[in-house]
Amino acid sequence: MVGDELIPHLFRTEYSKITAVLCKLFGFEHIEIAEDIASDTFLSASELWGLKGLPENPVAWLYTVAKNKAKNHLKHEAVFNSKVATHLNYSTESMELFDIDLSDRNIKDSQLQMMFAICHPAILPEAQIGLALRILCGFGIGEIADAFLTNKETINKRLLRAKDKLRAENIKIEFPGKVEINKRLETVLTTLYLLFNEGYYSASNNSALRKDLCFEAMRLTHLLLENEETNKPVVNALFALMSFQSSRFEARMDQQGEVILYDDQDTNLWNKELITQGEAFLNIAAQGNELTKYHLEAGIAYWHTIKEDTKEKWENILQYYNHLLLLEYSPIAALNRTYALSKANGKAEAIIEAEKLQLANLHVYHLLLGELYTDVDNDKAKACLEQALRLTNSTADKKIIVQKIGKLK
Amino acid sequence: MKDFLFVFRANTEMPKPSPEQMQDTMKLWMDWISGIAAQNKLVDRGNRLESAGKVLRPGNVITDGPYTEIKETLAGYSIVKADSLEEATELAKGCPGLLFGGNVEIREIGKM
Repeated sequence: MVGDELIPHLFRTEYSKITAVLCKLFGFEHIEIAEDIASDTFLSASELWGLKGLPENPVAWLYTVAKNKAKNHLKHEAVFNSKVATHLNYSTESMELFDIDLSDRNIKDSQLQMMFAICHPAILPEAQIGLALRILCGFGIGEIADAFLTNKETINKRLLRAKDKLRAENIKIEFPGKVEINKRLETVLTTLYLLFNEGYYSASNNSALRKDLCFEAMRLTHLLLENEETNKPVVNALFALMSFQSSRFEARMDQQGEVILYDDQDTNLWNKELITQGEAFLNIAAQGNELTKYHLEAGIAYWHTIKEDTKEKWENILQYYNHLLLLEYSPIAALNRTYALSKANGKAEAIIEAEKLQLANLHVYHLLLGELYTDVDNDKAKACLEQALRLTNSTADKKIIVQKIGKLK
Repeated sequence: MKDFLFVFRANTEMPKPSPEQMQDTMKLWMDWISGIAAQNKLVDRGNRLESAGKVLRPGNVITDGPYTEIKETLAGYSIVKADSLEEATELAKGCPGLLFGGNVEIREIGKM
């Protein structure tokens, strides 16, 4: 055995690159073929490398094998198709001419184009995330099922339906034109944002997997930043947001995978590099006149990287939440805004506002009320927290609520 | 739910606020309107109106604003949604304009 160890996630990363390039070549009609060739390549690798040790350059080895497998397939298909079908996506002649281009440039272009194709408005957001995890991130069906807290069968069905849709809509793997790029970019950003949140807020206990989801969302967002056409302020804002959020990764969960609330986190575990990175990208995001929800959320996340409770901090967070709500209503923004209001303007004002929200069906609403009434009217606080407890199914949330009730006198 | 127009009127007889006071007032407006947005009852944040204006009357009679002869001036509008005029009026409570001698008129917007 050669002593060298494979870099972490090499198979996963390279799988997504090879699939993107081959799929771009074959079109969505033959996406399964692209996936099969990529899978076969890694099967060969794992069998051979397991026996004989790692080749000198594992990536180059993978690419050579993938290319050969693809060419063999094309030859095979060409012979078959020339006899039975005429509507070929790739002809025998062109097959001799092209080389399968696994250069860094073409891999990035293919992945970027694939990102736009998958994040097509015709595909449901949930399916977009599934496809992105499978094709762009190289996750296995089991891993995706784990992340969504569901079973493999459900994920398989969802992916099959999504692939059928890609074909039915005749979605091309290409970069959108200048006119539509902003609109299309919006969908891509939404998917990346959801992908990140899936990892950050997932109820899954698999914390390594959750980190991977966030990391992948950041990698794909960075791919957009590397391209001139898509390196826009809004993308920088999203990347800044992700950087700030992930800076608390090590601090927000203990050894047993239990959630540690913001107030109780050890700031020494906050990742300073990611915070600095977030600040740099937020500065770039400030160029131009566009103020998007990603800018506002990045601003809120920035202030959360400062632990100390100051009037200035909460006033800023409150104003960002105000703007966020004026852009677009969401129950979570309304609840968070009310919490910020209590920190900036005091609990009395926040309680009046909270009572108006009409979100009694959400357990987090009662959690917020419980928080606001704590030390103001502890009987009331207890009643609210108990209501929150009744409304949640999450074990992690239940634990936190029980702790809070215990702390009330 | 029906849409309601908030018409904000300001009192022109009040002394001009200092820049600091204006900044504080801006925050009050922001917090108030966002409180309505937090209830998902804001339809359109609307606009503030500049104080200068003209009024056109029959016979092409044009008068310039601001209108020193009246002590109220139209300051802006927003659109909210509510189940009833009473509920809309409830939403208008807390409008910072009231602190400075202004008022809010609440009118249901007629459907075409």
